[in-house]
Amino acid sequence: MSTPLFLIRDLAKVYRMGEVEVHALRQVTLTLGEGQFVVLLGPSGSGKSTLLNIIGGLDVPTSGRVLYRETDLTEADEGALTAYRREHVGFVFQFYNLIPSLTAIENVALVTEISTNPMPPEEALRLVKLEGRLDHFPAQLSGGEQQRVAIARAIAKRPSVLLCDEPTGALDISTGIVVLEALQRVNSELGTTTVVITHNSAIASMADRVVRLADGRVTSVEDRTEKLAPQELAW
Amino acid sequence: MVKLSALNRKLLRDLWEMKGQAFAIAMVVAAGVAMYVMYQSTFASLSETQRVYYERHRFGDVFASLKRAPNRLATEIADIPGVSAIETRVVSSVTLDLPNLDEPAAARLVSIPAGRRPRVNDLFLRRGRWIEPNRADEILASEGFVIANKLQPGDQVPAVINGRLRRLTIVGVALSPEFVYSIRPGELVPDDQRYGIFWMDEDALAAAFDMEGGFNDVVLALSPGASSEEVISRLDRLLEPYGGLGAIPRALQLSHWTVQNELRQLQSFGVLLPSIFLLVAAFILNVALTRALALQRPQIASLKALGYANAAIGWHYLKWGFVIAAIGIAIGVAGGATLGTLIIDLYNVYFRFPELTFTVPPRVVVGAAALTFFAAGAGAFGAVVRAVRIPPAEAMRAEVPARYRRTLLETPLVSKYLGTAGRMVLRNIARHPFRAGASVFGISFAVAILMLGLVFNDVIDRLIQTQFWEAERQDVTVNFVEPRSSDARYALEHLPGVIAVEPQRTVAVRVRAGYRERYLAITGVPPNPRLKRVVDRNGVAIRLPPGGVVLSQTLAKALEVSAGDVVTLEVLEGHRPTRRVEVTGLVDDLLGLSAYMDIDALHKLMQEGDIVTGALMLVDSAQEPELSTTLKQIPTVAGTGFKRAVLKRFREVLAANLGLSIFINLLFASVIAFGVVYNAARISLSERSRELASLRVLGFTRAEISLILMGELALLTLVSLPVGGLFGYSLSAGILGSIDSEVYRFPLHISRQAVAWSFLGIIGAALVSGLIVRRKLDALDLVAVLKIRE
Repeated sequence: MSTPLFLIRDLAKVYRMGEVEVHALRQVTLTLGEGQFVVLLGPSGSGKSTLLNIIGGLDVPTSGRVLYRETDLTEADEGALTAYRREHVGFVFQFYNLIPSLTAIENVALVTEISTNPMPPEEALRLVKLEGRLDHFPAQLSGGEQQRVAIARAIAKRPSVLLCDEPTGALDISTGIVVLEALQRVNSELGTTTVVITHNSAIASMADRVVRLADGRVTSVEDRTEKLAPQELAW
Repeated sequence: MVKLSALNRKLLRDLWEMKGQAFAIAMVVAAGVAMYVMYQSTFASLSETQRVYYERHRFGDVFASLKRAPNRLATEIADIPGVSAIETRVVSSVTLDLPNLDEPAAARLVSIPAGRRPRVNDLFLRRGRWIEPNRADEILASEGFVIANKLQPGDQVPAVINGRLRRLTIVGVALSPEFVYSIRPGELVPDDQRYGIFWMDEDALAAAFDMEGGFNDVVLALSPGASSEEVISRLDRLLEPYGGLGAIPRALQLSHWTVQNELRQLQSFGVLLPSIFLLVAAFILNVALTRALALQRPQIASLKALGYANAAIGWHYLKWGFVIAAIGIAIGVAGGATLGTLIIDLYNVYFRFPELTFTVPPRVVVGAAALTFFAAGAGAFGAVVRAVRIPPAEAMRAEVPARYRRTLLETPLVSKYLGTAGRMVLRNIARHPFRAGASVFGISFAVAILMLGLVFNDVIDRLIQTQFWEAERQDVTVNFVEPRSSDARYALEHLPGVIAVEPQRTVAVRVRAGYRERYLAITGVPPNPRLKRVVDRNGVAIRLPPGGVVLSQTLAKALEVSAGDVVTLEVLEGHRPTRRVEVTGLVDDLLGLSAYMDIDALHKLMQEGDIVTGALMLVDSAQEPELSTTLKQIPTVAGTGFKRAVLKRFREVLAANLGLSIFINLLFASVIAFGVVYNAARISLSERSRELASLRVLGFTRAEISLILMGELALLTLVSLPVGGLFGYSLSAGILGSIDSEVYRFPLHISRQAVAWSFLGIIGAALVSGLIVRRKLDALDLVAVLKIRE
């Protein structure tokens, strides 16, 4: 296995939802290697989004540790987490979360303007095959195109890890495949560690490592050697 | 307990959810209501008090002064058709030698019958008793004078009457409808310490001024429906042989005119300013509701699906506006009543009524409520109709994604420097031009209100500069009892501290042009005046032409004449000549109705030699007290005015008035600036929390996303400043124009300081509201926001 990027030990997260306690994560221990394409599979409520948010520095665990390289994210303060997101993490969400008042290239520039070693926005958009839509506003793009802009925006800073929460959840099959191709290309060409949350188990066929979660626990970890290309996936 | 319907409970909870915004809007509403209640109630209190006072104390309808007429003429005057009551009087001025004052004080002596109450202009006796017959030294003194000089019934006042020093005993403190407002002739502001009204037994007063068997003043009450013009023209004809100075109707009586002028201002302020406040409130209510209803789309759809009719849903949301309006009305009525009390307190210093108390008439509250509900309804209506009209199926779906485009401002050159945040700010504003416009309108109005409060300082400074330093450069003005030979100047030159003397000749005239006429004094101006000069409102001295008469523009307007026209001058003293004289120039000045002639031309018109009626003096300020003591003892001197004292008093009076008006304006401007900015910020935050959360996720710091949100507010505020400046300028010009009168005109002048302070005040208010919203931004829940689909 490649060098570990994340070492996750005994991670737990308890939410208080009014009167009840929700155990979103229970004693999760996991290692994610550098450059891997990881798929997190599980039904809703299994804790995959919580895990992703903690890895991404959007949320803090109740107990346990997350080591990013040598940095302990669980001990980082608000400012350090912001800096961590800014320098090392790229996010892609189900609903794209583009800034509607900015064009595609400007949405990407949003990130390149604040990072230390970004790629030019045009290059990021070329990687997701949107070089022809640079000056379109989000309202002028299709869902798949908007998601690819979001991917370009996430990778333009050359992050160490790309975190994708249901990136194809709002898309139909053919556009979903185009988006997955973009993710795979980023993973292979830039070597960016990519973590994809999905409940579509077909996507697992393109992963190096598949982690299954249920009820806040890791139920299985499968390392794969044979990866399929997105267009070969059976939906 | 009353059980609220589910829908009404939803209303209360929804309002509670947006309590910050609801409160901010309610405060703007409250400001408008407070202004309305304050001005309208003060108006009602003042005018009702005035009406009752006039009626109970038989305030006169026609007033006339003359040189001297025998008492038998009174019967002829009483026989003029329309006259219902008459009171003839002896009226004169005296110099008072008050030990506590450096400058001489003066009093107006007005005769009253000893054995009975006056038939016209009856007095209100506050304390003490009525004068007793045949007690020549007993007087009733005006309340203002008594209070200002801390006197009591039983105290004595030394007065120089017709050249002889007499000690007058105050036996009572009185008020008269004739002197609700009393001011020393020729002065700009009342000074109760140095000017009082004394009422004295008619026979005693007549004896003191050689008026036995005669009178020199008459007041008439008219029967209902009688024409005062008719009575005045007959009265003038009767009085002419006896040195009549022209009768005036009540409308031109100084005290009455002043109170009326105040009432007129209250009424015009009380409509204009509250209307603008309510308009702003309606705007921001509309914007806030539009946003709130966009968030309620799924709920509107559910209500429709459950079978609620459009009208029921519409009414439910209209009530949001009405509840906010009701809160505003409650706060506004309470606030307006408090501020109104302050204004009435101030009036009680300058206006003397038996009792002037502040009351809020129910009709004012009803009027305020009606006006406010109308404004709130109008503001809410558009937003509600738009939201309710959407078919249920469509309302279930999320609102279409926001459409943006590049703004016209984004030329390649500008874009280079704009940055991402700048672009977002610009495009967001461009997407909601109405909303941005409403914000700019509201903030501009706040700037204007603040500027209006501050502008009076500048205007008064300019007035003082022009009047007291450019036009009247003398330190002391002296008026003689009777016209004298100009040799009198040599006597004055030898008084202590006198550096220079400029003689002055003024002549009482009636100026006529067709049927229009005015009474005033023509001033004779020497060819090269050194002290009193004729200057326009900008302080530029005018050179008088050798012939003809120069009128102030206000007088020319009143007479409807212009340069080159001919007016008739009827002199009201001496041989009373009547001459037709050409208007050779107009001067746009600030105070009173003026007419000027070359002094030699005036002497020629009067067929007289080198006669003076007064003198202007430049004096050594160190010797002013000594000069004052000396002047008090000269029997031929009727009155003196020391500029230093006049100016000091002028500034004191205005400081009190302006202090209150600046405070009120500052209060209201802050409320409106805060209300508008806070609302704009909350709406932006609500619409863009998802966008701002995305940016946080991408690694933007709190400071950076605050910049995007606050940048928009800062830009709107920035744009509002110059707009508000222009708005403030026109509002000030309008308000100053509306209080322009034949007595004074205010030169519109706005200093850099006033502009700077009004800008800074609004920037401050915007900053505070921005910071409050920023705290909400810090509490943004990143994960939760991103999980929800807008």
